[in-house]
Amino acid sequence: MAAEHTVKAYDEELDRMNNAVLEMGGLVERQLAASIASLVRRDGDLASRVIIDDRRVDTLEAEIDQLAMRILALRQPVAVDLRTIAASLKVASDLERMGDYAANVAKRTIAIDEIDPIRLTHAISRMAGTVQGMIKEVLDAFRDRDVERAMAVWRRDEDVDESYNSLFRELLTYMMEDPRRITPCAHLLFVAKNIERIGDHATNIAEIVNYAVTGTPVGEERPKGDVTPYHSAKDETGTPRP
Amino acid sequence: MSESDDTGRTAAPTRIRARGVDVFYGDKQALFGVDLDLAANEVTALIGPSGCGKSTFLRCLNRMNDTIGICRVSGSITLDDRDIYGRDIDVVQLRARVGMVFQKPNPFPKSIYDNVAYGPRIHGLARKGRALDDVVERSLRRAGLFDEVRDRLHRPGTELSGGQQQRLCIARAIAISPEVILMDEPCSALDPIATAKVEELIDELRQHYTIAIVTHNMQQAARVSQFTAFFHLGELVEFQETERIFTNPRERRTQDYITGRFG
Repeated sequence: MAAEHTVKAYDEELDRMNNAVLEMGGLVERQLAASIASLVRRDGDLASRVIIDDRRVDTLEAEIDQLAMRILALRQPVAVDLRTIAASLKVASDLERMGDYAANVAKRTIAIDEIDPIRLTHAISRMAGTVQGMIKEVLDAFRDRDVERAMAVWRRDEDVDESYNSLFRELLTYMMEDPRRITPCAHLLFVAKNIERIGDHATNIAEIVNYAVTGTPVGEERPKGDVTPYHSAKDETGTPRP
Repeated sequence: MSESDDTGRTAAPTRIRARGVDVFYGDKQALFGVDLDLAANEVTALIGPSGCGKSTFLRCLNRMNDTIGICRVSGSITLDDRDIYGRDIDVVQLRARVGMVFQKPNPFPKSIYDNVAYGPRIHGLARKGRALDDVVERSLRRAGLFDEVRDRLHRPGTELSGGQQQRLCIARAIAISPEVILMDEPCSALDPIATAKVEELIDELRQHYTIAIVTHNMQQAARVSQFTAFFHLGELVEFQETERIFTNPRERRTQDYITGRFG
């Protein structure tokens, strides 16, 4: 990080905003973990708590917005300070969305709970584990202004996309085998998609960290692993295409 | 600078080119090998802490430093490819081509009209009558002052407010049709409204003139200039497009200065 400002209060304000982003990130990380735990353990109470706690995520986002607007208005930040503030605003908005997805997972948990339980949460919890790791890493990269670490997270999103693809195929197979499984499997498919989207937002944050530190956008194209729109049910059953 | 410009904008032709400019006040060296180009019809802001050499550099560009006995300038400065320190240069003519506006408004103790008419008269551009009236009106209009003073052109210039006086000085500078205008902290004695008017004026003047402005107000540099040069301890540390300087400066010293982390 750069040296201290001549005006101490400026550093304090930037620190406060930075800490609020990290706090919000930590909360979103826990929200995702809790939503997955509620799904795996079929814990409706825990799921309800995740849904309620999403309000805390929103409150923190509002707080970060206010702190950033205040600094913009009062300090006229430039260069690295300006990039840091713009980055904080954008990270907060990504985190808010990630929190929403975690709450969605919790809502699906409650829905699935009312149906016949199925055994498929393992692959999902593994995928969620990867995404949780990405959130943690990208927040550390944000805290330490570490571009290398941010870009490592950025590349890892490919793994998540691949997990999502194989889950998609697996769920499709289950649904074809037994139509009674369609409802819970459809819910699980949404859960998987939500987790995959959280991973995408983690890569957004990685790009934001890169910009905040270097002042230039990420040059290369991110490898894309999600090919599900191009799969048809026929491919899964081995029936030849017409 | 323009050749290394990676932003894709069309580079304006260079009007003033400085190369390896050293300035000494007696034994003390104030500027160290400054290379800097002023692009035509662009505003170039010179920023940096007090004593960094930005005003010294500005004053080299119309040889104002000649008036200081112990000051010695070396290196080369050209205006449209002619060496302004060459033997064949008439300094009075040079200063007509490279006008200057100072920190404190300094109107002559004459009428508003005569303040503006002074230069055209002594340079023989227009001596009297209709022609002179036209020059005065056009200059006052360009300086954004005419409508405020049209009814009192023969009142003393010193009766105007500070902001109006500064615009009068700008009108006086442009009355002799300079090519380059140097401004040394032109708004530091003005209130924010008067400052905004002068800044708006600088942006309009850019169509006709090449402008260099020394300012301590970094936001002002950001607002009015297309290029910014950051000086520190007599060196030109960084010279880039203003947008670049204020979003992603290349040099650490620039960043520390503009973000308020200096020293």
